[in-house]
Amino acid sequence: MSYIASQNLSRQYGTGSAAVTAVEDINLSIELGEFVAIMGESGAGKSTLLSIMGAMNEPSTGRYLVDDIDVYGLSQDSRADFRREFLGFVFQSFHLMPYLTVVENTMLPLTALKISRQEKKEMALEALANVGLEDKADRLPSQISGGEKERVAIARAIVNRPPVILADEPTGNLDTHTSQEIMELLQKLNREGATIVMVTHSHSCSRYANRLLTVSDGKITDEIVNAN
Amino acid sequence: MTLTEIAVKNMSRRKAKAAFILAGLMIGVATVVALISFTRTMTADINMKLEKYGANILAVPKTDNLPLTYGGLSLGGISFEMQEINQKDLAAIGNIKNAANVTAVGPVVLGGVNIGNKRVLLAGVDFEAALILKPWWRVQGRTPDPNEIIIGSEAARVLGMARNDRLTLEGIDYRVSGILEPTGSQDDHLIFSRIPAAQKILNKAGLISMVEVAALCNACPITEMVRQISGALPSARVMAIQQVVKGRMETLHRFKKFSYGTSAVVLLVGSLVVLVTMMGSVRERTGEIGIFRAIGFRRSHIMRIIFIEAALISALAGLLGYLAGYGGTWAFFQFFMEKSSVGVTLNMALFGGSVALAIALGLLASAYPALMAARLDPNEALHSL
Repeated sequence: MSYIASQNLSRQYGTGSAAVTAVEDINLSIELGEFVAIMGESGAGKSTLLSIMGAMNEPSTGRYLVDDIDVYGLSQDSRADFRREFLGFVFQSFHLMPYLTVVENTMLPLTALKISRQEKKEMALEALANVGLEDKADRLPSQISGGEKERVAIARAIVNRPPVILADEPTGNLDTHTSQEIMELLQKLNREGATIVMVTHSHSCSRYANRLLTVSDGKITDEIVNAN
Repeated sequence: MTLTEIAVKNMSRRKAKAAFILAGLMIGVATVVALISFTRTMTADINMKLEKYGANILAVPKTDNLPLTYGGLSLGGISFEMQEINQKDLAAIGNIKNAANVTAVGPVVLGGVNIGNKRVLLAGVDFEAALILKPWWRVQGRTPDPNEIIIGSEAARVLGMARNDRLTLEGIDYRVSGILEPTGSQDDHLIFSRIPAAQKILNKAGLISMVEVAALCNACPITEMVRQISGALPSARVMAIQQVVKGRMETLHRFKKFSYGTSAVVLLVGSLVVLVTMMGSVRERTGEIGIFRAIGFRRSHIMRIIFIEAALISALAGLLGYLAGYGGTWAFFQFFMEKSSVGVTLNMALFGGSVALAIALGLLASAYPALMAARLDPNEALHSL
């Protein structure tokens, strides 16, 4: 069994004649340590698929397993714990808390952990060092650039060392040069062992992935294995 | 990072909203504190004044006849010829449950004496107690020794007596040590001596005609004091001077009821302010809550953030509300009440109650917004961004 596996995943919104199928009959297998890119047109269903993989959007039918855990068989609280322990999220618009400093934003996923503040801070600083931002730990998000914000978002995603990182258009708001830096950073994390699933519009970004899945009308229509 | 830090930092970012909640609760708490402080201080003031006005309980021998008026108040029956109270029994008043609330006990021996061709009422009193029980008494001269008497102003006029004159009562010679200034009461018509002298003159050794008691009990009604004194003096009929006590207390009870009603309305409005503001705050933070949920915050964590915010603001509102309410009452008594009034005092129980009430209301009013925040679907919440 693959580390991440989906069986006949479908997600419908609405009912009756107003029903819209966003994801349909998706069977997916991702091994530990893979870097998978999901591409597709707007409205193709890739973000819905990513939210299902992020344990935040219960599928209408089908099963979704991570490390043999039936994610949607878990209670709400257990699913929250699952997200914290297994997943790291990197959002397109960074989604940093404007009232928290860089290091405090990075520490957020550690909030519920019963470890000392000092330990949490050390873990956050380590994650920031990993993305090259340890010297900007005490700045507010408004005091750093877009690329740096994305790096903070990545640091926040990896701070509790989850096995899987889910990235939704991580370079969507960045220029070409910064996008390249972010992709190199994600590739580095992948080489260090993280499984990465990334939704992107960008072909240049998708080249960093080991495998490229194309989604169209809610279905996986193509799969390419990159040679890198 | 802790949930409390997140709550505190979020509050500091949304100062206007926090201030609005603070103001809503603070006004509510301040109103309640002001009304309670006002009522309590007024009660204490009335009690103090009642003490100043003297006796508020009378014990007279049990009788079925001869209604008599004393001091303008209906006292029930006193018969000079009937079985009177044994003076030794009065010691029992000192042993009642609320003995500490008895300020003064003033036994009185009453009886008619002949002076020339006039019949005059002689009252034997304990002058030390009488001066507490009748603080309005002013004596021209001094309180009498065992062989002296004082005379009410009207009695002195009718009898043509003045200070240092001598008067023979039932064959015993007494010196007039003083004249009681006009009181406007029946006291103006009486002659006063010490109790042993009166008992001797009236041939009532060891007997008492009536007892005046000044008793104050904030924690218990005057009727309770009457019941206890009745138990101590089974041969006497004990009654409160209802006209004074009841009238004032009923006014105060009515004001108390009005205060509770007003407080409830103001607190309800304050709670609604918290509810509406918190709802707005949760709606405003939908995306933020979505991020928290996405990175592994449980529903309970989201609720705790909301509750911590509410509790911190409410506690501050309780503190400031207490100070504002206390300050308002203090200012009212400073500017609108007479100088002799009882002062407003800091009350730690009321302070604790204010803070607890504010926190309870803040948490209660935040419960629905917190629940709403916790129930937000993380996926939908993220889409709101």
